[in-house]
Parts: sequence; structure tokens; C-alpha cells
Amino acid sequence: MTESGTMQATVQEIIAALKDKPGALLPILHGVQDALGYIPADSVPDIATALSLSRAEVHGVISFYHYFRDTPPGKQTIHLCRAESCQAMGGRQLEEHVKAKLGIDFHETTADDKFSLEPVYCLGNCACSPAMQIGKEIYGRVTADSFDATITNSEASA
Amino acid sequence: MSITVYVPCDSSAVSLGADRVAKAITQEAAKRGVDIKLVRNGSRGMYWLEPLVEVATAKGRIAYGPVQPGNVSGLFDAGFTEGGAHALSLGLTEELDYFKKQQRLTFARIGKTDPISLTDYVANDGYRGLKNALSLTQANIVKAVTDSGLRGRGGAAFPTGIKWNTVLNAPSLQKYIICNADEGDSGTFSDRMVMEGDPFVLIEGMTIAGLAVDATQGYIYLRIEYPHAFEILSAAITTAYKEGYLGENIQGSGKTFNLEVRLGAGAYVCGEETSLMESLEGKRGLVRFKPPLPAISGLFGKPTVVNNVISLASVPVILDKGGDYYRDFGMGRSRGTLPVQLAGNIKRPGLVELGFGLTLRELLYDFGGGSASGRPIKAVQVGGPLGAYLPESQFDTPLDYEAFAANWTVLGHGGIVVFDDTVNMAKMARYSMEFCKIESCGKCTPCRIGSTRGVEVMDDIINGRNLEKNIPLLRDLCDTLLNGSLCALGGMTPYPVLSALNHFPEDFGVNEKATAA
Repeated sequence: MTESGTMQATVQEIIAALKDKPGALLPILHGVQDALGYIPADSVPDIATALSLSRAEVHGVISFYHYFRDTPPGKQTIHLCRAESCQAMGGRQLEEHVKAKLGIDFHETTADDKFSLEPVYCLGNCACSPAMQIGKEIYGRVTADSFDATITNSEASA
Repeated sequence: MSITVYVPCDSSAVSLGADRVAKAITQEAAKRGVDIKLVRNGSRGMYWLEPLVEVATAKGRIAYGPVQPGNVSGLFDAGFTEGGAHALSLGLTEELDYFKKQQRLTFARIGKTDPISLTDYVANDGYRGLKNALSLTQANIVKAVTDSGLRGRGGAAFPTGIKWNTVLNAPSLQKYIICNADEGDSGTFSDRMVMEGDPFVLIEGMTIAGLAVDATQGYIYLRIEYPHAFEILSAAITTAYKEGYLGENIQGSGKTFNLEVRLGAGAYVCGEETSLMESLEGKRGLVRFKPPLPAISGLFGKPTVVNNVISLASVPVILDKGGDYYRDFGMGRSRGTLPVQLAGNIKRPGLVELGFGLTLRELLYDFGGGSASGRPIKAVQVGGPLGAYLPESQFDTPLDYEAFAANWTVLGHGGIVVFDDTVNMAKMARYSMEFCKIESCGKCTPCRIGSTRGVEVMDDIINGRNLEKNIPLLRDLCDTLLNGSLCALGGMTPYPVLSALNHFPEDFGVNEKATAA
């Protein structure tokens, strides 16, 4: 099967499993993003048809939520907290360091495709600020040095 | 006999290395032939001591912390499995001052038990509230909650019993219970601790709510930023179904309650109840006009109870021990306890559950130990990103909804973020406007456009441009947001902005005389 054929089959499978839930659109979008890493534009017409929505409505929902993305992410996504508690513990300086270290701004992916950087507004780890999340791993009391060590380790294990 | 060792599975403890510590303890015990039983408990909420390892002894549980994998071998050398002395030894966990001085009702089990063990839950007073509820009429369940004086812990502080009563009396074949677990406020983590540390208490609270108002379906709307909470809640829900605590014929009562966790997708505004319901319905999280109230026409147009995690998790103890028991804690019209969260630049960050009435100063210094940096505390933000900044002169405000409101401040969800004297309050005010701009749902003009204009005006002010014109302009803009916005996002962004300006005018480049004029 071609790559787009595999993608379509995956999307159809997710739609079939979830479309009868009340308010199925968010669960379906999560399912697609979990499986593919993003929500490809090509999947929108299928999702819309299955839920009797217009493509514009589905697109509108995808674009409303910060978490959903319509482009493939890098191998790992770093969610860096920008909220007040982290700012109180040096989050602004950490943010500058992270951007400089990776050479990208928020919502961008490194040229080697290893990391995407996204802002997040609170990880609920405010007692251990500043905080970040890579994949499902949460890190607390992050410093410039511990950030560098963490990404070196995760590059090695990726 | 094997020795029970506890290492928290709480995500903040994990963020400090708890998983690696647990692994190191298991390996070291195997290497030395020591028979241990490792339990992954919730966190006691003393985060400066995490990862906090506990050992069960005849005298009680003895704590060691903060433990890193490198300490493990030394702990075994010191005989920590027998409670042996070590530099990291803290003594009996429940004798630690920070813990001992608390009044833990909602958090009674958190940190003590294995979160996903139903046996642990039932052995520690779990499901006693449900048992009582099953023997009461619906009106009497609602009455118990009304009598307790419980008010919405999400921040709005609306009396929970009144909300339930409205839904109970709204005729409909289908009603819903929604748990708002979209805990997006910076400086708050009590919902997360409940879901990760004692998920059954939330399930029990929601089940009681369902019985009370005749709702057979519940949804927990959980933020995507809480993957650990999702795993633990899902495991607990599966167990509850298996053991007859969810589904049809709950504990042989003939009553039905189904429960599902739904994930949000990173929109702060979805913590607003009407936006949350739009999201659950599969739409953009646009705020709805009120009325109709959700209690009359909520999810899918049906009568719906929407309560915060802490509100629902406080219901089991109320139904177990009675409304009066809960009401006897607290002050004024703020009854019961509030799990306060100390965060940001503070020496001893963590969870402090106490009856309402303690002052901010007692929390910041007696519990929190002052700033983490050792510098003077300049300001604290209470109640999340839409809460006001309080200067030192307001630190004697008691934790009470009305006392805070009288100061033009908000207690909200009980999150306290501490800043030392290196903070620039004009930059924090700019951030508040920027946050509103990023998170605005876009439905109402004051919030959608006002926040963008607010960032621009703050940039001008920070750069010292035309302050005589821009300071009044900022106030005027805040007035529009405050009075013209559809929901609290636009309507309360002026709280942090104006409190920063009023209490710290020097950071905005204006002297106090000019501000007063």
C-alpha cells in the first residue's frame, strides 16, 4: 500500500471505532494525531463525511485547539511552560536558552527534524518550576544545564 | 515478612526522578536479598522533599527525602528498611510540621494509599459516602451537600447544593454530570494530585452526584497536559466497572452511572463551563451566552451539573460524615477546607489543605518558608492567570472568598504563585494581556481585540512612550474588558493588569502621585 493509502486506512479505522460516540470529533482528532503525529489535511474530508460536518467545520475545530497540528512534528516535541509560576523561577531566561540552543522559535521544528518546540501554559508541575514535557515525560526544576543534558540523552535514545 | 516501601507515582515526583528512584530501590533490594514490597503512592504534597520515600515500620511510616538514585545504596547501608538513621531521614511522615498542621478532608488518603487499589480505597473509608447516598432520597443527598456549605472549588464559588438542586428539579429523560478537570491555572495542581493520587474519590463523588440528580452519564473533561492523570483515572474507572461501582446496578442498587474521560486539546478557555461543553460536543470551544444556565440546558441541551474536581472529590466525605461535619471547618460563608497550592518562588512549595481562614502571610512564611531565592517576596498572584497580584500590604488577608473579593482580589482555585523582588510587574501585566490574546475564544470583541490592543499598549508603556496618554488608555481598555466581556477570560484579565499597575506603579514608569490622580 502507498504511504497515503496507509494513512487513509488508519484514519478510516479510527473513524469507524469512534464515530458513534456523542461529540465524536475531538476523540477522532486525538486518535488521528496519536497515530500519525498530526492531522493531515487529506484526512479532513473523510472525518467530515463520517460526522456529517462540512470540511470547514472540521478545519475550524483543528485550528481552534493549540494541541492539534496539521503538519508533522519533529521526532520529539518539547513543551516548555511559559506560565507565571515558571516565570517566577527563571522561566523567561530558560525560554531564551532553549530557543538559542535549538536554534528555533516556538511552533518550529529543527532543521534536522529532531525537535519541535511548543509553548504550554501550565503542566501542573508548579511546585517544581520551571517545567517542561518531552513526549509524555515531565521534567521539573529545569535549568539550562539540565535541559542540555536532557536533550543530549533523548537524542541518544531516539 | 516483606517491608513496604513507598515511592510516589505523582507526576511532579516523577519529574524529579521518582521512577528512577523506584527502580534503583527494587534493584538494590534484589541485589541484597531484602524482601520489599514497593508501592507507588500519591504525593504527600511536600514537593521540596520529593522524591519522598517512605518505609512502613511498627512506629508508623518513616520518610526519607529528597532521594535520588545515587542515595539508594547508602539508604540500604543505613538500614532504612528498618527505619534506620540517615542524613535524608525526616522521621515519621505524619509528624512533619507541614503535614501535621493540615486538616485533610478531601486529601485524606492522598499519599497514603496506592491510587489504583480499590482495596486500599475501601480500607481507608472509601465508598462510605456512596453507601450512605444509596440509602437516601435524592432530595436528602442534595440537602447534605447544601448543608455542608460547599461552594464550587473551581474558582467561581457558587454553592454546589443549589446547582444540584436546579438540575434535580429540571425535568428531562437524560441529564449529565461533568467534571471540569481542565485545571489550566498556573500555580494550581490540586486537581492533578487528586486524579493521580486518589482517583476513586472523584469517581465516587461523581457517582453520588449522578444519583442525586438522576444523571446516568458522566464525563471527566481532562486537559491533555495531564497524561499521567489520564492513565491513572482510566485504570481506576476500569476497576470500578469491574467491581460494580460503575455501570448498571451499582452495588446491587438498580442505579446506573456511566463514566468516561474525554481529553481536551490545549485550550485554556475550555475550563469555562460553557466552552467546555461545546468542546465535549465536538466543536470549537466558543463560550455560550448565559442564560440558559447549564443546569437547565447544558451538554447536548440537557440539564447538566458542571463541577470542578475538588468540589466533586469533597462530596464523599460530606456524605460519609455529614454536611455539619464539613461545615464546621472554615470561616464566614467559606465553609469546609480549601486545598491551597503554594507555587513559584517559594522555599517549601506544596499542597496545604486547611479550613478557610488562615492568612496569606501564615501560608507564605509559616508553611512556605519565604521565597526559594531567599530574596524578599514582592508579590503573589492568587487564583491563577486571571487573579490579582497582591503586594505585601495585603498579606494579612484571610483565605475567605468574601475577604478576597473585598480587596478586589480572587481566591479562585486556591493557587498561590510567589514572586521575589526581581520581578518586573509591568512585564507580568503584559504577559496577562498576551495570555488573554493567545487563549481568547474570539467570540466577544472586548476579549478578542482588547487583548491585542492591551499587548500593544503595554509595549508602549514598557518602552516609556507617552505614559500620560497610555496609562489612562490602559485603564480605559481594562474597563471595557471588565464590563464588556462574555466570560471570565476577558472579564478578569484586568485583575492582574490593574493590580500590578495600582500596587507597583514604579514598574510602569509612573510615580504614585500620577497614578492617584
